[in-house]
Amino acid sequence: MTGSATVAAQAVAAQTVPAVELCGVSKRFTSRKGMPWRRTATNKVALHTTDLRVQQGGITGIIGLNGSGKSTLIRILATLMLPDTGTARVFGLDVVADAAQVRRHVNRVSVDAAFFKSLSPWENLLYASRLYGDTEDARTRVEEVLGQLGLGADTLDKPMRHLSRGQQQKIAIARSFLTAPALLLMDEPTTGLDPHSKREVQGLIRRLRSERDITVLLCTHDLDEAEALCDRVLILDRGAVLADDSPAALCAQYAGVGEEITLEAAFLRLVGRRIEDDSEASEDT
Amino acid sequence: MQATAQRSAPSRLRREAGAFVGFIERQRNIYRRFWLWELVFFVYSLVSVLTIGYLATGLGSGGAPSGAHVATRSTELYLLAGALLWSYLSLVFMEVAYAIGFERWEGTLEYTFMAPVRRVTHLAGIWAAAVIYGLLRTAVVIVAVVLLFHLDLHGANGWSVLCILLAATLPLAGIGILISILPMMAPEKGEQMTVAIQGVFLLVSGVYYPVSVLPQPLHALGDISPLTYMLSGIRDALLLGRGPGEMLSLFGLMIVSGAVLIPFGLWLFGRAETRAKRLGLLKRTG
Repeated sequence: MTGSATVAAQAVAAQTVPAVELCGVSKRFTSRKGMPWRRTATNKVALHTTDLRVQQGGITGIIGLNGSGKSTLIRILATLMLPDTGTARVFGLDVVADAAQVRRHVNRVSVDAAFFKSLSPWENLLYASRLYGDTEDARTRVEEVLGQLGLGADTLDKPMRHLSRGQQQKIAIARSFLTAPALLLMDEPTTGLDPHSKREVQGLIRRLRSERDITVLLCTHDLDEAEALCDRVLILDRGAVLADDSPAALCAQYAGVGEEITLEAAFLRLVGRRIEDDSEASEDT
Repeated sequence: MQATAQRSAPSRLRREAGAFVGFIERQRNIYRRFWLWELVFFVYSLVSVLTIGYLATGLGSGGAPSGAHVATRSTELYLLAGALLWSYLSLVFMEVAYAIGFERWEGTLEYTFMAPVRRVTHLAGIWAAAVIYGLLRTAVVIVAVVLLFHLDLHGANGWSVLCILLAATLPLAGIGILISILPMMAPEKGEQMTVAIQGVFLLVSGVYYPVSVLPQPLHALGDISPLTYMLSGIRDALLLGRGPGEMLSLFGLMIVSGAVLIPFGLWLFGRAETRAKRLGLLKRTG
């Protein structure tokens, strides 16, 4: 094989490696109560045994009620939690054995914007840039991304705690863009945002998909958002994958003859509960 | 955004060095934003040191029980050296231990732990920031102490003090790493446990009295505490004017204890991190 053919073959192989691959991954938490000599243990399954494969590129939505295992899945992929069983791989790298390498390719936007609240957005973003080893033109790039999110440059130097929840979440998204991840894990990034901010964030995610070679895993409660943004949707319930297809295919699968239904209706027919009716324990697993 | 995506990846060493600077810079920004709190802590630290100093002065000027002879100057220097060093050490230990607790409270712990940075770089950055801040704050307290107590340091050997402080950085880093594990192991009680451990070091390391006055079990603990040797060496340099050449065995002891404590601390921190990831303890709520 010639040199150029080898390079081309390697490039094709790299493209065919799934962005995310789970084989038999499960997670449960045990809480113990009482004195050491008389303890009672309670087990709670956070993620049932799950097999999953997400190809590179595009946006894959993970939808499910509270306690369905969405955040546990995201944490396992972000190397923040160890699975009890099975293997999880990101771009072919094991999240446990190759955690340091996985971290170079992954970033995460969580539901609660995780910042040093007394520091300014700029100080927080500079810290992130240093951790990911990319401080070149950081200020310019940050201002560019914030402009796209409708935040003025004057926002950059105020303490984070003076910003609204929506503004903080936009800064969190700007932070994830700044580090140029190959896999972006978004855990309910628009939850709690006002409709206008939500539209801006969704617009940015769309633009991200079209402009960058990136794979996005988007956990959301918002089924309209999933339908609008995602190329593929996984429906999780009590830690198990109930469905895995494009939003259009899922709608078609659960629609009656000659009927057109939304993803929300498809979810209701599949899970038997509306996402708004979710009255399970509020603990985010 | 395209430009951002196409940026070349920096070398591993450069990235680790940048992250090291990032941790120091972050801590500096936190100190700056919490300047009022820092001022309160500084005043508390200054008042504590002055109280110990005036206790020595009082003992020498008739405050001691009748019949007891107290050499005021040497007692002042003995106790002030202990108070100043304890002020510095307790600040450094708290800063290192609190770095994990503070991040948990802010909700940034997961973000820091999922960054592509080696844990040794993370802890070294936090440690360096704490040492720099501790030295600066202690230097201001020393200036106040020298002015208020008119201390005569002509016989003291400053080089020895500096060498001991540098050599002691190694075992202190090891102890700091070990202490910082606690808030990760026990999200709610960890910080209080670090205070308790600090208290044990204060008790057994001869901060305000020679370890020889302690009962045997505590004396034995004092004998294995690197702080005991650090304090003893600094007092010898200040009170007896011993030069660095006379303290080579002390420097060797510091380096060897650092060579044991740092790898052990990092290994144990790694175990604690694995446990926290298994039990899901890195979350904000613990």
